[in-house]
Amino acid sequence: MSPVIRVELPYHLRNLANTGREVEVAVAGPVTQRTVLDALEEAYPMLRGTIRDHTTKQRRPFLRFFACAQDLSHESPDDPLPAPVASGEEPFAVVGAMAGG
Amino acid sequence: MSGVRVLVGTRKGAFILTSDEKREEWDVSGPHFAGWEIYHLKGSSLNPDRIYASQSSGWFGQTIQRSDDGGKTWEPVGNQFTYDGVPGTHQWYDGTQHPWEFTRVWHLEPSLHDPETVYAGVEDAALFKSTDGGQTWQELSALREVKSELWQPGAGGMCLHTIILDPNNPDRIYIAISAAGAFRTDDGGKTWLPINKGLLSPYELPDPTADVGHCVHSLAMHASKPDTLFMQKHWDVMRSDNAGDMWHEVSGNLPSDFGFPIGVHAHEPETIYVVPIKSDSEHFPPDGKLRVYRSRTGGNEWEALTNGLPQQDCYVNILRDSMAVDAHESCGIYFGTTGGQVYGSNDSGDTWKAIVRDLPAVTSVEVQTLR
Repeated sequence: MSPVIRVELPYHLRNLANTGREVEVAVAGPVTQRTVLDALEEAYPMLRGTIRDHTTKQRRPFLRFFACAQDLSHESPDDPLPAPVASGEEPFAVVGAMAGG
Repeated sequence: MSGVRVLVGTRKGAFILTSDEKREEWDVSGPHFAGWEIYHLKGSSLNPDRIYASQSSGWFGQTIQRSDDGGKTWEPVGNQFTYDGVPGTHQWYDGTQHPWEFTRVWHLEPSLHDPETVYAGVEDAALFKSTDGGQTWQELSALREVKSELWQPGAGGMCLHTIILDPNNPDRIYIAISAAGAFRTDDGGKTWLPINKGLLSPYELPDPTADVGHCVHSLAMHASKPDTLFMQKHWDVMRSDNAGDMWHEVSGNLPSDFGFPIGVHAHEPETIYVVPIKSDSEHFPPDGKLRVYRSRTGGNEWEALTNGLPQQDCYVNILRDSMAVDAHESCGIYFGTTGGQVYGSNDSGDTWKAIVRDLPAVTSVEVQTLR
């Protein structure tokens, strides 16, 4: 059975996808940033282009990825995510960069 | 119900103002898409319940929303705007070349002939078309073959901000870009002509009469005279009577010929409206007085419309897509300000009232006349 990954979304993307703070997605195969975001966009197509570029799949510059008290924004999208994320114990957080006055 | 629906885009969401034909009492709904920048909303003239909205954010990019019930509920549709081929480069502010980069959708224009077709003007400047109600978008890329290496951004970015569809000829489209100028296609977008003869930009371009590069702020047309176009350029109010082949200045006695929006009365094709702004360096009304100017002679002779508008200490701006007219018997005219006011007149501009005063900065105003 595919593991279920918890993904935490920022306020505006929750509203866009009409979800709560956290959603669950099933990931087939290794649990990486790429596979989690692929599964997220499959389940919520309105999020395509809002976290990663449609074509290059690069993270949008004002977004960051946190999990298990670590900043994973600059890790390779194909690196395995921490074990507590893969087991569903901890969420993978998509975070809007701090900005404003 | 007979009435109007005023669609207001702001820096922090969309608002919908509705009223009956008297246009005296207003209902305000919103914010829709709270916290997002809404550059433009526009309804289809073929199906007034269908409205498109351009929703964007520096964090999350571009989304397009569509309503099929007059703005009560919304659904995200396609947001993939991919330039055809290798997009190439355009001029940057300093004259060097800069790669084309998609930023946002400035303007959405539903077709006058097909309810599922809609056009999008984007930054960096390009025109996209959807024939499936906004689900997928294709670039009409021949536009960028017209000397686009000489196009350059204005202060707001290099945006395609105006799309005018000819009501009698589905293949004729006018667009305007800051700062590239105005362009026309007569074959549905397969080929494009720059239509900038007669424009003069001595302070902005090394060749003041160049084919492209002019900072056109907005265009307007009356459906009954589709070969007559009006233009608010960076400086100068202009007019063409041959579909843009040649322009001449009609600024006349305006206190300043700098400004952003231009509009045409719904029933009088020679009655036009502008809102003069002091200068390109000082984006607010001259003398702190908010005045709409009306010409009933298609330009040159202008009268100030002030009744109900602040005549002291007013330093707001009125952005290019922020003025619109309705088509009721007594023509209504509306405009929004960067101070968050939306003013309306139900008598062709003779008198004005603030419909709302404290919205976020207004980026666009459109009107649907409901019968």
